[in-house]
Amino acid sequence: MDASQSQSLTVKARQLRDDAIQTIGTFGVGHIGGVLSVMDALTVIFYSKANIDPKNPRKQDRDRVIMSKGHAGPAMYVVLADLGYFPKEWLKTLNKNGTNLPSHCDMQKTPGIDMTAGSLGQGLSVAVGMAMAAKLDKNPATIYCIIGDGESQEGQIWEASMLAGSRKLDNLVVMLDYNKMQLDGKVSDINDIYPVVDKWKSFGFYVQDIDGHDIGAISDAIDNAKCSGRANMIILNTVKGKGATFAEAAANCHSMTITEDMWRKETGRYDA
Amino acid sequence: MTTDEREIRQTLAQALVSLAERDERIVVLDADLMSCHATKCFKEKFPERFFNVGIAEQNMIGVAAGMATMGKIPFAYSFAPFATRRCYDQIFISVAYSGLNVKIIGSEPGVAAEANGGTHMPFEDMAIMRAIPKMICFEPTDATMMEKALPQIADYPTAVYVRMFRKKAAKIYDESLDFKLGKAITLKDEGKDVTLIASGIMVERALQAAEILAEQNIGARVVNIHTWKPIDAQAVKESAQKSGAIVTCENHNVYGGLGSAVAEVAARECPVPMETVGINDEFGQVGKNAYLSEVYHITTADIVNAAKKAISRK
Repeated sequence: MDASQSQSLTVKARQLRDDAIQTIGTFGVGHIGGVLSVMDALTVIFYSKANIDPKNPRKQDRDRVIMSKGHAGPAMYVVLADLGYFPKEWLKTLNKNGTNLPSHCDMQKTPGIDMTAGSLGQGLSVAVGMAMAAKLDKNPATIYCIIGDGESQEGQIWEASMLAGSRKLDNLVVMLDYNKMQLDGKVSDINDIYPVVDKWKSFGFYVQDIDGHDIGAISDAIDNAKCSGRANMIILNTVKGKGATFAEAAANCHSMTITEDMWRKETGRYDA
Repeated sequence: MTTDEREIRQTLAQALVSLAERDERIVVLDADLMSCHATKCFKEKFPERFFNVGIAEQNMIGVAAGMATMGKIPFAYSFAPFATRRCYDQIFISVAYSGLNVKIIGSEPGVAAEANGGTHMPFEDMAIMRAIPKMICFEPTDATMMEKALPQIADYPTAVYVRMFRKKAAKIYDESLDFKLGKAITLKDEGKDVTLIASGIMVERALQAAEILAEQNIGARVVNIHTWKPIDAQAVKESAQKSGAIVTCENHNVYGGLGSAVAEVAARECPVPMETVGINDEFGQVGKNAYLSEVYHITTADIVNAAKKAISRK
């Protein structure tokens, strides 16, 4: 990726962060921390890598993006709205009665969402099934799946990774949002997943351990993954709440109240 | 009644092979129980469409859901407790709530688990599956029914749970069977005193009970409700109207099972005296089917006694 593309994606990621802060702020409360930590990865996937068509969201050979840490639904929604999967006006309805944008991803409600998630650990198994079916059909789709570090405490993650590793699913790109925090505190204090690089290597994955906020590094890692010949894990070392001053400053920003004053001040959007 | 010449598991596996020849969407998954489900014939015919995912049922259901999103029609097998209870949240969220078309085959229901005992003996699988919105819950009676049901199960656009007795069952139906998923089958319609509503291995016992009752001048209808959900409400109403008493017969806990499903209709639309023959809030244990049936009071004699009790309450 050249410098100008990297720069433009950095600008896009900032805009999407502001969209997310405004979207969750408009509702008043939400999973801001884990939404902001994955935003750079989503920006690279959706704006420079994925074979997708917002006009034809169900096309068969599209790449799939599964947000297994389903509480980051709003991160997906701001991207999908920006790409034109649905009107941006929908963002104002997040979590409101009758909305198509529930806090956790729902494939039956939201155009562009490839899989429902929210009960943690389940999205990766689904991604593995997609990758296996794509191989069976000689479908060129790449299957991206984003999991959380707290989510990695779920046993199903390791059931799925064992199968993906043993089957050498090289069309599967798993990303771990390693922001080191979960709802109740530090992952390392609660049930540590360290050494996570060794864990995924031992399950047969091609593992890349990168700065999850470095657009160029994310781009390179995806390119490397596509020629690894193995199932892929990209460990995104991230900061929970990245890009929102109030979230980064909070002791724990897994889910927090965001007032109108907070989101306007953070985004500088006083006219929106 | 004679024992069927065909095992239900072999019949299903061979029917899946036939279906898969015509429909390339059909895939089969198992969690290290292929040998118990006789699906080797499918693996040999379609090695690339058979996936043994190892002993990881929760993952198997997720993998099946992922395949369903890609347009496949996955049939995911395990023993009934592991195909339902073990991976209940995966079925609930990744399959049902997501609206995905996965077919779940749970084998060795209730006392059929025999020597595998309490850990493998699900008396609650239909109850918990019935509680999942839109889930179709089906228990085949014999090999012929399984064979005729398969294309309908495959064609049904969303998830179906099949509670499958694996081996040779009593042969109840012949090739003339006009099977429709969700439509009960009236096996004996002449009795006016009571209707025995049965499923699975209990159908044979209900028919035997009807004969014994007939010898005592008690007329018993026999209805096979194979699809517990959606239940054939018309068949329940007709049973209440024609005989004025109902006995349900199931190889399952009466809490949440066939008795509950029938009572939900009867209480609302046609209340009549009802008795429920089934497992009464017990865990399983090792033992032969005949022994366990005595222990849990699901024998032919138990049905006869329940019928008399129901009639006495008219």
